[in-house]
Amino acid sequence: MKHAWTLTKVRMRLALRNRAFLFFSLILPLALLFLYLGIWGHGSAAPVPYLLASVLSLTVMGSFWGLSVQLVTFREQGILRRFRIAPVSAGAMLASSILSNYLMTLPTVIIEFAIARELFHLRSWGNITGIILLVTLGTITFAALGLIVASVTNTMQETQIINQMLWWGFLGLSGATLPLPTLPGWLQTLAAFQPATYLVTGLERVMVGQVSVLQIAPELGALALSAAIAFVISQQLFRWEPEAKVPRRAKLWAASAVIPFLLLGAWESANGQLRAEARADYQSIAQPSRSDLPR
Amino acid sequence: MTSAIIEVENLTKRYGEVQALRGVSFAVQEGEVFGLLGPNGAGKTSTVEILEGLRPADGGRVRVCGLDPQTSGDAFKQKIGAVLQSTALPDKIRVEEALATFASFYDHRRDTGALLKRFGLEEKRRAFYSQLSGGQKQRLALAMSLVNDPSVIFLDEPTAGLDPQVRREIYDIVEELKKERKTILLTTHYIEEAERLCDRVAIVDQGQVIVQGTPRELKHGSAGTTRIELRLARPEPDGALSKLEGVADCISSDGVYILHSTRVPQTIVSLVKHLEAQGNELASLEMAAPTLEDVFLELTGRRLRD
Repeated sequence: MKHAWTLTKVRMRLALRNRAFLFFSLILPLALLFLYLGIWGHGSAAPVPYLLASVLSLTVMGSFWGLSVQLVTFREQGILRRFRIAPVSAGAMLASSILSNYLMTLPTVIIEFAIARELFHLRSWGNITGIILLVTLGTITFAALGLIVASVTNTMQETQIINQMLWWGFLGLSGATLPLPTLPGWLQTLAAFQPATYLVTGLERVMVGQVSVLQIAPELGALALSAAIAFVISQQLFRWEPEAKVPRRAKLWAASAVIPFLLLGAWESANGQLRAEARADYQSIAQPSRSDLPR
Repeated sequence: MTSAIIEVENLTKRYGEVQALRGVSFAVQEGEVFGLLGPNGAGKTSTVEILEGLRPADGGRVRVCGLDPQTSGDAFKQKIGAVLQSTALPDKIRVEEALATFASFYDHRRDTGALLKRFGLEEKRRAFYSQLSGGQKQRLALAMSLVNDPSVIFLDEPTAGLDPQVRREIYDIVEELKKERKTILLTTHYIEEAERLCDRVAIVDQGQVIVQGTPRELKHGSAGTTRIELRLARPEPDGALSKLEGVADCISSDGVYILHSTRVPQTIVSLVKHLEAQGNELASLEMAAPTLEDVFLELTGRRLRD
């Protein structure tokens, strides 16, 4: 693990020297913050926690792109094989991707909270422990999912295409852009089959409803399970060499990444908690000034 | 004789339809600089990458420092250093960062400041990798291969693509390492490099070691001949020059005829007579002691560099 920490420090330094990374991990989330809170908030403090939860979710989900994409570049340029000659394990390499992503997401999250409080009159921080847990598990989950894509694609171009496809699914079908209750029923059901929904709903609940950690146990459990499985799979799939073709076994592993989500979705469909909670939070802020929110 | 620190027995490797290695065997003694000399695609890099643990072999047996590179993991990696052929570092990593980062991975490490100094990178310590010239990048790669003070160093085409001056700088570094009694396995397709740096050389072609020995032994094995290289005003028909007196063999390539002669004066006399009779003229003629190129030519009928 000592090596993972060394690599984390190096990768953070490299990321901070990369303008594109700074744009996507700091400038873009802050622009979204002003867009959501400034325009859709209409100067009212009431919807701020709900809208901030969406912006936080987008910030956390951004780790799906983050440093995992950098890993593809490293592999294609033969940088990874230089590390492979040294006593560095795949686990240390992957853990450093996730950890550096996490450490660089945190300042953005804190800045978002500070701006919401100072400029948009956020009255309460919400359940801070719950927020920390959701942000942490969310970052790990999305970073690890990004690593899986990085391992099964052979070029940067392929990675971008698959990432875009998944990304729009995460955005559109989670409540991070369009509130879940405003979607047709069947799409709401479908939303329960992907991790982003658990992150968004969880954040909405601790920030709007200010519920206890125990009450978001299903969301935390879903994200923890996703994070653990995604990390194990990414470790199984990790490739050092650019020319090494993705073996069939690897594709099966990658495909098995959907199993926890199928189970979660099935469980959620049977219990129906997630939809009800999303609706309750949405209504609690949408009732007084429904027209304030995007439809 | 000390025991071999690198042992390679009957190594085979196939990539799809291509049989890259067809039973490569050699052994390297401790403190020796051993060269794998051969044209591109001969199987040099495949061999080295198997020895470095980067690729599994299909068959045969490999031991480096008594360990199997494929199964010994970090214990093996702690003992070796390598300059890889197709590799890079992140563009925005600083020279000193790269060296310190890699040094931190090892139990036993050298002073990185001293390495920067020794490889003439002190002034560039704060420079980004992307700002270095080709020669500086290669010197950094060499410095990085030494951070753990390895017992065995693999240098895969360390001077490929570098200009002659930088190449000589790299030679000086390798010669210094040689004085430190480091075991070095070097691959190259440059004759000069193999002759100048290597204690022993294995000539590799089409996935096989065709001959091995000290450069001197190999050249002597070249039938004690003298190399005569000539250009003519008009091309001669195939085989005409090989019939000249004292000629062991004759190969033509790109308008250059290379003769190996056991009796030089007789060969020259009969060459002049032959050309006179044919109404042909000599454009140039050079004579030299045989090089490893001649050994390769003799054994394969082809020149080392296409």
